[in-house]
Amino acid sequence: MLRVGIDIGSTTVKVVVMQDEELLFRHYERHFSQVRQKTAEILREAAGIIGKEPFAVALSGSAGFGLAKAAGLEFVQEVYATGKAVTYFSDGVDIVIELGGEDAKILFLTGGVEERMNGTCAGGTGAFIDQMASLLDVTPEQLDQLASRHEKIYPIASRCGVFAKSDIQPLLNQGARKEDIAASIFQAVVDQTITGLAQGRAIKGKVAFLGGPLHFFKELQKRFSETLRLSPENALFPDLGQFSVALGTAIYAAESGNRLTLSELLNKIESAKSDTSGSRHLKPLFENEAKYEKFKARHAKATVPHKDIASYSGPAYLGIDCGSTTTKVVLITDKGEILYQYYGSNRGNPVQIIRDELIKIRTLCGDRVEILGSAATGYGEELIQNAFSVDAGLVETMAHFRAARFFNPQVDFILDIGGQDIKCFQVKNNSIDSIMLNEACSSGCGSFIETFARSMGYEIADFAKAGLFAKNPVDLGSRCTVFMNSSVKQAQKDGAGVDDISAGLSMSVVKNAIYKVIRAHSADELGKHIVVQGGTFYNDAVLRSFEREIGGEVIRPTIAGLMGAYGAALYAKSLRLEKSTLFTLDELQHFTHTARSVNCGLCNNHCALTVNTFANGRKFISGNKCERPLGMKNKEVLPNMVQWKLERIRALTPKEGPRGKIGIPLALNMYENLPFWFAFFTELGFEVVVSPITTLDIYAKGRYTIPSDTVCYPAKLVHGHIEYLLDQKVPVIFDPCLAYNFDEHKGDNHYNCPVVAYYPELLKSNVARLHETRFLYPYFGLHREKDFVKKAAEYFGQEFSGITKAEVKKAAAAAYAAYAKWKSETAAEGRRILDWADQNHRQAVVLAGRPYHVDPEINHGIDKLLNSLGLAVITEDAVSDLVEPQKVDVLNQWTYHARLYNAAKYVTTRKNLELVQLVSFGCGIDAITTDEVRAILEKGGKFYTQLKIDEINNLGAVRIRLRSLIGAIEERDAADGKEQN
Amino acid sequence: MERVIFTKEMRETHTILIPTMLPIHFHLMAQIFNQHGYHTEILSNESQAVINEGLRNVHNDTCYPALLVIGQMIDALESGKYDLDKVALLITQTGGGCRASNYIHLLRKALQKSGYGNIPVISLSFTGLEKNPGFQVTVPILIQLVYAVLLGDFLTLLSNQCKPYELHAGDTQAMVDRWEKKLLDDFSKTKIVRYSHIRRFYREILDDFASIPKSKEKKVRVGIVGEIYVKYSPLGNNNLEAFLLSEGAEVVVPGLLDFCMYCVFNGMEDRRLYGGNFLKSTANGVVYQFLLKKQKDIIDIIREHGVFAPPTPFSTTVTLADPYISHGVKMGEGWLLTAEMAELIHQGVNNIICTQPFGCLPNHIVAKGMIRAVKEKNPDANIVAVDYDPGASAVNQQNRIKLMLANARKDI
Repeated sequence: MLRVGIDIGSTTVKVVVMQDEELLFRHYERHFSQVRQKTAEILREAAGIIGKEPFAVALSGSAGFGLAKAAGLEFVQEVYATGKAVTYFSDGVDIVIELGGEDAKILFLTGGVEERMNGTCAGGTGAFIDQMASLLDVTPEQLDQLASRHEKIYPIASRCGVFAKSDIQPLLNQGARKEDIAASIFQAVVDQTITGLAQGRAIKGKVAFLGGPLHFFKELQKRFSETLRLSPENALFPDLGQFSVALGTAIYAAESGNRLTLSELLNKIESAKSDTSGSRHLKPLFENEAKYEKFKARHAKATVPHKDIASYSGPAYLGIDCGSTTTKVVLITDKGEILYQYYGSNRGNPVQIIRDELIKIRTLCGDRVEILGSAATGYGEELIQNAFSVDAGLVETMAHFRAARFFNPQVDFILDIGGQDIKCFQVKNNSIDSIMLNEACSSGCGSFIETFARSMGYEIADFAKAGLFAKNPVDLGSRCTVFMNSSVKQAQKDGAGVDDISAGLSMSVVKNAIYKVIRAHSADELGKHIVVQGGTFYNDAVLRSFEREIGGEVIRPTIAGLMGAYGAALYAKSLRLEKSTLFTLDELQHFTHTARSVNCGLCNNHCALTVNTFANGRKFISGNKCERPLGMKNKEVLPNMVQWKLERIRALTPKEGPRGKIGIPLALNMYENLPFWFAFFTELGFEVVVSPITTLDIYAKGRYTIPSDTVCYPAKLVHGHIEYLLDQKVPVIFDPCLAYNFDEHKGDNHYNCPVVAYYPELLKSNVARLHETRFLYPYFGLHREKDFVKKAAEYFGQEFSGITKAEVKKAAAAAYAAYAKWKSETAAEGRRILDWADQNHRQAVVLAGRPYHVDPEINHGIDKLLNSLGLAVITEDAVSDLVEPQKVDVLNQWTYHARLYNAAKYVTTRKNLELVQLVSFGCGIDAITTDEVRAILEKGGKFYTQLKIDEINNLGAVRIRLRSLIGAIEERDAADGKEQN
Repeated sequence: MERVIFTKEMRETHTILIPTMLPIHFHLMAQIFNQHGYHTEILSNESQAVINEGLRNVHNDTCYPALLVIGQMIDALESGKYDLDKVALLITQTGGGCRASNYIHLLRKALQKSGYGNIPVISLSFTGLEKNPGFQVTVPILIQLVYAVLLGDFLTLLSNQCKPYELHAGDTQAMVDRWEKKLLDDFSKTKIVRYSHIRRFYREILDDFASIPKSKEKKVRVGIVGEIYVKYSPLGNNNLEAFLLSEGAEVVVPGLLDFCMYCVFNGMEDRRLYGGNFLKSTANGVVYQFLLKKQKDIIDIIREHGVFAPPTPFSTTVTLADPYISHGVKMGEGWLLTAEMAELIHQGVNNIICTQPFGCLPNHIVAKGMIRAVKEKNPDANIVAVDYDPGASAVNQQNRIKLMLANARKDI
């Protein structure tokens, strides 16, 4: 009897027909969500081979599940099917790695059978590669070709698509080679598979790689083989790898599938009722055309006058907004009328596009129109400024604010949804009062809708239009892109059409902005005069959704997408220059641009730099986190407590001792407790071996043993430190479990967070190599000195023969003294910097987070970036004792978090001090602290700035945020100055 | 923000709304409060509106249970069913190092923001974090609440063992409903519910459930462990139990009493590890013995009756954690979660779903962090970790669970 296996994944349908072991028919095709039709179509193609006799059939795949249920057909889970298929390909396979459209799987077949799938927060799969290809404006095939010509690999956060995008986009804007980015994308997929799926189990032996992406992308294969160091005979890439699930399903069908004829099967598939109860629906955006026309007419009124450049003569001002995905150029008259405008995708190479536009503009201008000033803004601001000798640059938030204010002087709330960013500002007293930007994990923006539109085979404009009159918009919730993919998948399975999905996506972008970014509760909170802008608001479905969600009307300028460029042009005008330095037509025509990537070797951060060289030999370096590679040696050195702390940790020198070596991982709370334990063990006669300050290499060493991919990055780093100590062959590694922290009497209790408190327990169970040494992770309460001495004497007396209570007592005394000294020195250093700022009339920033946020691999050099922006840096623990303990509206029960509230309060008491809060992605406790810190700061008239940090290495967005903060401070101070005068 | 106190007068005038988690348990507990002069009501609203209110009112990085519980309360207040001047809210607060101790504060902030700042919120805490003159959990109330938990666990245990095998769909649920009603009616007859009084029902309950006609078919048994709210609440886990039943599995869920005993046990362990108040630790010891005894009574009678599988004695559960994790891990579900995985395997239930809210902090350690060790010692263990979250799609969750089930069926 014939066996038919049907595998319907998230993006493709695979069908195979087998006669015993022989493969008679196979077909692989994208289904564009037309699951039933596509499947039936393929089966009909196979009709000649299948014939009229009954055969065995089963379904598999994430989209096959719903269909099997609806049609009453046998279903087999795809990983299980893969297991069945392996023997078909080869004998002696130890491990199978299978990547699908949106799932990744690993099967360990020998040495303890185990099967795993990626968790919900993981996107390094086929859909991710497609998304990245569209970001680079190439087809997936071209991506593969590009990657084959790579020279270097950039670190790209591999956890999920959104994170990776945050790393890739700035690389693109800085001019990095597409070839290198393409290869880096594949490497990210490899890293994600290894960290997310292997979770501590070694990938060795004979490995079979299955699934579409691993079949089609040769470079991905190469990256896997290289990374896992597999010899050719151990890396199996079967020709039919993309059919593995379908094959396994056919094999399974022979055992327990349905017995049907082709016409019976087709009948079942085609008459299967889609079960729509799974999806929730929303009200249509517009009930009828008339309502839409009225809506359109209202918004058409918000316009800017245009002037014909061919007939105009006089001064003009140029604004360029080089955004993350789009490039915008505007030329205005001295009255603000628009002479020329351009809006388009930057296609991964904004420099070339802007050059073309400038040539066009210069030609149009001729001798009649004189460009008296030019300004650049957006992600590529500096690159463009350097490339074309643009007069000035300004941070994009300020550009948007200028444009909106010109438009409506009374504006009190601006929401800008661009390709990659959501920005909102509240305006009070003519200056920006608070700025909110989206974080990596709430990135539902314009490019998100666009990517979806393309993946369903639509242009964005048509896709948006389809949504306007959708009858049953699907409620897709408001989670991150990865989750959204699954929700859309589900909706499609439930029979939702493109129109319903388009409308649903618009609403989820809006909900994301309101509830995640703005965190507003009602429309009244936003303001009375709301201006919405950014390219995404050209989409009427999004605009309508927004008005509906807030229950009011807003202004969308007809130049919504050009507001950044328009604001930049206004800024250029305000400079009142006599002459612009902008390239002339001749200079533009002789313009060349090459980009080269190098690694900076000046410090431990090893930034991946991109060196852009232009025709006139001018260079522009990007990707740097500090000023050093730029060669500005004479720049003054500003106080930086983060560096000061690192120096102090480095200065702890181990003393050889009679009791031998003991290793301590420099991670999590050790950044603060190290002096304690260092003194303790040194006094006890141990030589304390501390792992070095984290580097990317250290992280890479340990990431294979991380069991939970959603835990915070600081915790993930511990694994590498342990591996380092194991490599040093220290006989003992010490990392205590501390449920309680020191009691600083600042709150209701003094806990550590659950992850910090018990991470050693996790290490013991997941770092297999720990059996090579003695791993000590006792429970201690350092907050009760007397009890600590008692318990520690008991513990160490047992673990090490000859350690007496008297010795422990002495060691503990030394430890507590060392800790107290450390803390008082920290406070003194803080004092010194505050005084320095006062005496020199300079601004300082409290970089507030946890003690371990001084780790350069965790903060990615934000402290140095602050310095380079002219701000001194103080850490939160240095100022948290300068005010009375704060009463807050939450349970204040963690020692380190209590410091944040106090630091925030202290900041409000000083004019030249601001606060920037570092929040590690995944820190559940900061979901509680951030609102409180914000409330304290805002009550005291300060801005609140939160920087979410993770594995993402690129500081592009952080730089914009910090510059916006500085811009806002300047405006606020200027406004204060006026009031006083 | 000043805390609104629940005054003595309010005890007479106000209805106390309680978010739901385990319907049987919570209804019995509510009845106990009502007998002591309170007017309580367990919320049962579970629509999408609950999630929407949660999203609107709670920081989206906060855990899913907070979002659901707060969303459920605000949705109830908006429903128009209640006189907003005569309503109070009750929420539990453990005071542990997990962020769950902050739910009450997040709730108050959400109420303030929504214009319900005048509504008193009562903290139900056994460590006395907040005090309200109008609401006191006295020792008699506390003891009777324990009885409610005992009975809730008992009915749930039997229901889980009958439902997959019942010959007439709905028989088991009807039996559960009948007994829930019977117990509620019985409770209401007297102010103080005595142990001797409820104990006499045990046998009758066992006989009744045993009388449900059942098939002898062998089914895959699947254990559920996890963060307490998503483990138990259908709203939190996308109706996980119903899904498993529809896939032909028998569900095994450790009882709520275990969690209570875990909390008490930690009070004793804390002193052992860090030193501290002798009296407090001794009091915990007394309560611990009391609970152990009550659990033993049920285990004994189930064993004697001989039809159903009894729960594992907590004293055994405690020791089952030893090979994996220290009893010092006391935040969230702590060591108990790991112990419950071991306990299920010990009972012969190798298939386990480990549930948690997306980004749950303690579960990085005690759940996902321990799976490897558990599997190493028990090669047949078949464990899948599933995250829950307002945006997580049911298809993805079910696909992973189906993989676990496919592997489970291999052994049948």
